[in-house]
Amino acid sequence: MSEHVLPKRLYFVIFVSLVVLTAITTGVAFIDLGPFNTVVALVIAVFKATLVVLFFMHLKYQTGMTRVVIVAALLWLAVLIGITMSDVFTRHWTEKGSSWQRSSIISPYRQTASAAPRLPRRA
Amino acid sequence: MSTVAVEVTPTLPEVHYLNADYGWRSWLFTTDHKRIAWLYLFAITGFFAVGGLMATLMRLNLVEPQGALMEPASYNKLFTAHGLIMIFFFLAPSIPTVLGNFLIPIMIGARDVAFPKLNLLSWYIFMLAGSVFMLAVIRGGVDTGWTLYTPLSTTYANGHVLSAAVGIFISGFSSILTGLNFMVTIHKMRAPGMTWFRLPLFIWSLYATSVIFVLAMPVIAITLALIALERVFHVGIFDPALGGDPILFQHLFWFFGHPEVYILILPSMGVISELVAAGCRKRVFGYSFVAFSSVAIAAISFMVWGLHMFLTGQSVYAGFVFSALSFAVAIPSAIKVFNWTATMHKASVSYDAPMLYAIGFIGLFTIGGLTGLFLASLGTDVHLHDTYFVVAHFHYVMVGGAIMGYLGGLHLWWPKMTGKLYPEAWARFACLLVFAGFNLTFGPQFILGYLGMPRRYAVYPPEFQVLNVMSSAGASILAVGYFIPLVYFTWSAFKGPVAGPNPWGAKGLEWTIPSPPPTNNFDVTPIVTQEAYAYGHEEAHVG
Repeated sequence: MSEHVLPKRLYFVIFVSLVVLTAITTGVAFIDLGPFNTVVALVIAVFKATLVVLFFMHLKYQTGMTRVVIVAALLWLAVLIGITMSDVFTRHWTEKGSSWQRSSIISPYRQTASAAPRLPRRA
Repeated sequence: MSTVAVEVTPTLPEVHYLNADYGWRSWLFTTDHKRIAWLYLFAITGFFAVGGLMATLMRLNLVEPQGALMEPASYNKLFTAHGLIMIFFFLAPSIPTVLGNFLIPIMIGARDVAFPKLNLLSWYIFMLAGSVFMLAVIRGGVDTGWTLYTPLSTTYANGHVLSAAVGIFISGFSSILTGLNFMVTIHKMRAPGMTWFRLPLFIWSLYATSVIFVLAMPVIAITLALIALERVFHVGIFDPALGGDPILFQHLFWFFGHPEVYILILPSMGVISELVAAGCRKRVFGYSFVAFSSVAIAAISFMVWGLHMFLTGQSVYAGFVFSALSFAVAIPSAIKVFNWTATMHKASVSYDAPMLYAIGFIGLFTIGGLTGLFLASLGTDVHLHDTYFVVAHFHYVMVGGAIMGYLGGLHLWWPKMTGKLYPEAWARFACLLVFAGFNLTFGPQFILGYLGMPRRYAVYPPEFQVLNVMSSAGASILAVGYFIPLVYFTWSAFKGPVAGPNPWGAKGLEWTIPSPPPTNNFDVTPIVTQEAYAYGHEEAHVG
């Protein structure tokens, strides 16, 4: 793992790039880009994470199993986000939302205590 | 198994891992995987006793419709603590950290795990986590249920949600380190000739479990951290009023939670493969299918989590996907069950205690697994969701499956761990008691759930009383069934007859070395020339 020794200069270059990118993220936060606010922030974040993984974690100089592990981890993250999105993006395909999404309909459980259904009691 | 004639009276080896060193330091600072297994065994037995006591109190309370013992608020805290303790502090560590720690290096022909100090660190982290969690329980407990659903856990619950969450958060790191250790050990420490397809199936299933440990545990840690962020700093993650989404919590929780279920059952399946092979003195039918079904279960387990959320506001279209994927995960589970049964076909099956546990497992797990399909069906789940049917289903998998496997494994390898035999007749009796008590406890709960009794309630309508009393009666039988092994194992450790290296006449590297093994396991690194379960071949390496 630690066979590959990198020049110190490279580490400083990466570190400075990370600091600059952080500054850009902070700066962009003051400009309203509408729907692109999150997109820009995420793109910069992914870019920074890639720098860390490639250089600080030496992935650029690794082969074989280490790369398999990284790819597997990314795939697994894609499963988490992807299938979760299959819920978020299709929630409103149904005309009637779930009960908690419809404020116009009063749930029986929101009625006053006296009107609420009761469990049967022993005679 | 017991038919092997022992001509020479076996004797204990003069020096072995148990008497190589004395004093509490030699245990608490040990890096020997076999001693660490004992540390875990004592710890999780303690947690099992606490969790079991809570279950007993709950069943006592449910003897009467209005609750025989306690206020509903106490009941809420009780079932929450019971669930969290049993899952995080007993079931998840049970087989991996006790039997896995003891057996993985021996089964693959190594002298220890890859990182012995890390192994000890895992135990200390586990104990720290357990202490933090128990402190939260003692100081007043949590009433959110083990699922910690938002907004209850973030906004409304008054209990010690945060300190309990910290305990679980820490315990995750113990599991991650154990998983990492096992994976590296299995990759790097195998003896010459021990190819992947000569590995015992127990190793395959623990490898799959380790993968889940490493992938799933960080997710619960992150999710609990998000709860803390929202509860303390009011960052809008899950609360719609702050711009969050409560369903997001359930996605994250069950993305961890469903694989967690397979963390509990996969090691048990590995044990059953060993028990069936040893009890039938036969190669496990379809070795590679059973091996790859473990990997398939681990992979698919990460894609089925939405089956817990059909009725909690998730989109019905996502429900279709999750339902189909959940049916897919039943296939590798069924492959295992059919292959164990096929192994028993035309074998001279012995009915010693380990094999009895294996047979019990196969029956109970089949019921637990198949009732899972009811809950994975979009239609029937509407009726059964959050009822006692669910409670019965997952207890059939976790108690009828995971604990039967754990106990069966303990019975098979106890002579290896201690060098002593236990009284076989008592063991068979306890196994039958556990089987009968278990079915009486959880069988009626299927009916209760189907009739509509919701889970997590301290009171219930009087017409459900007969079934509830049956369930409570079964629980008391079950408790006796768990207590008996504790007594005879303790007796056997001190006064039991000497076992000898291979009391079962079983195959596998662990049976070629003395019982108890020497600290370094193997004096000479073994060279493996046979597949696992080479029954019917020359008894070449039985010492």
